[in-house]
Amino acid sequence: MSRLRWVVALLAVVVALVVQVTLFPHLAWHGIVPNLCLLVVVAAALTVEAPFVLVLGFAAGLTLDLAPPADHIAGRWAVALTVAAFLAARVRQDQKPSALAVVGTVAAASFAATSIFALSGVLLDDPAMSVSGLLEVVLVAVVWDVLLTPFVLPPLMRLFARLSPQWAAS
Amino acid sequence: MGAFGGHDGRERRWTGLDRLESRNRAPRSLLVALVLASITLITLDVSGGASSPLEPARRAVGEALGPAESAAAAAVRPFTAVPAWFRSKGDLADEVRDLQASNADLRSQVELAGFDRNRLEQYDALTAAATDLGSALVPARVVALGSRQSQSFTVTIDAGARAGIGPDMTVVNNDGLVGRVLRVTRSTATVLLVIDPDSTVGGRVGSSMEIGFVTGSGSLDQKTGLDLRLVDDATVPARGDTVVTWGSTTGPYAPGVPIGTITDVYSSLREASQRAVVKPFVDFSALDVVGVMVPSGSDSDRAVIEADGSLK
Repeated sequence: MSRLRWVVALLAVVVALVVQVTLFPHLAWHGIVPNLCLLVVVAAALTVEAPFVLVLGFAAGLTLDLAPPADHIAGRWAVALTVAAFLAARVRQDQKPSALAVVGTVAAASFAATSIFALSGVLLDDPAMSVSGLLEVVLVAVVWDVLLTPFVLPPLMRLFARLSPQWAAS
Repeated sequence: MGAFGGHDGRERRWTGLDRLESRNRAPRSLLVALVLASITLITLDVSGGASSPLEPARRAVGEALGPAESAAAAAVRPFTAVPAWFRSKGDLADEVRDLQASNADLRSQVELAGFDRNRLEQYDALTAAATDLGSALVPARVVALGSRQSQSFTVTIDAGARAGIGPDMTVVNNDGLVGRVLRVTRSTATVLLVIDPDSTVGGRVGSSMEIGFVTGSGSLDQKTGLDLRLVDDATVPARGDTVVTWGSTTGPYAPGVPIGTITDVYSSLREASQRAVVKPFVDFSALDVVGVMVPSGSDSDRAVIEADGSLK
């Protein structure tokens, strides 16, 4: 079961990444697209156990770092998505999360991940960007991720819950 | 991964309350381990520079995901063309007005032909140089764009090493300079656009032949433009001048490729230098078909456009 869950989770990450770089640039607002890989990680965080989610966050981040057309310093999305997965796994409740809780978790995780990525860019000077530009990117990214939550999160959460019945919230 | 596989067996024996508690306990040691792993990767990549130990990993992931991106882009393309069918009369009227305006612009340029004649010789030399290079174009389509969250302006194109493309080749489209190839896989290549803040292109002002450096501004907006700084601080670039690349045949940018026109000139008293804004000819938010400049006669898996316009 666990191996199947890994395969499905990584497949979801790959599909999310491909859609994110091919389809969404056509709909992007000033080049800012929804971070579907982050949504996959949050969906896992709300349904399955934390160690799996942390490693999945790291793996999804690494995929974002290495897959073309990425050219930034590798490891930046990895650290951002690992921390976002940690945060999302903490706010999870014992019962099935309400719609509002899911949206709130997505917004918080998106804000944290994009900010950590942006701040790592400032620290590494990997391109120097203005603070106002960074704020715009972070806020629009949060809006995008929240907008896509109702379409992406429920099916993914159902999928993860079915693949790990011992964790499925009743 | 195997360590977590073993986890399940143990969890099943736990009673309800323990289970709920353990669910909420996010393992801090694992978080620290993964964050440290990420920082290790960052350090490796930063210190490695161009010969980074992560380059093979990038290449491997690119080989695996590149074809998927090409396929997805091909599937999406018919749908992205749909909005163009539903253009209203108002849009068309706007277009007519724009075309009339640009026509008038061109006419005034023609009227200034005498003034431009002395430039012509220089341009001619440049054009001749471009032809002499004997470079050919490998056509390719943009299949994936980097998001702005990732802060770099890069795209993937659906032609790679098999099409005869290698790192540091110049990428153009029918409007002008697009960027240069960063790395290739067998079937795809990653292109750094000239609007990326990290991108610096050697630029030459068409009328005065002054050289400078064109840096990306980090915006897809065509009006924001690129920054041009001339090497000679004393010269003031003229508005409306065309900026073309200068460089060598072996360097990343082939010479004589048009970059854009100068729209504004600012002089900075503090730095005692001139900064000009160059509006690129290429609309980076609507990139589709591009050409990669390869040496003439190179092997390719597709038809190559030779310098004289013939297909090979």
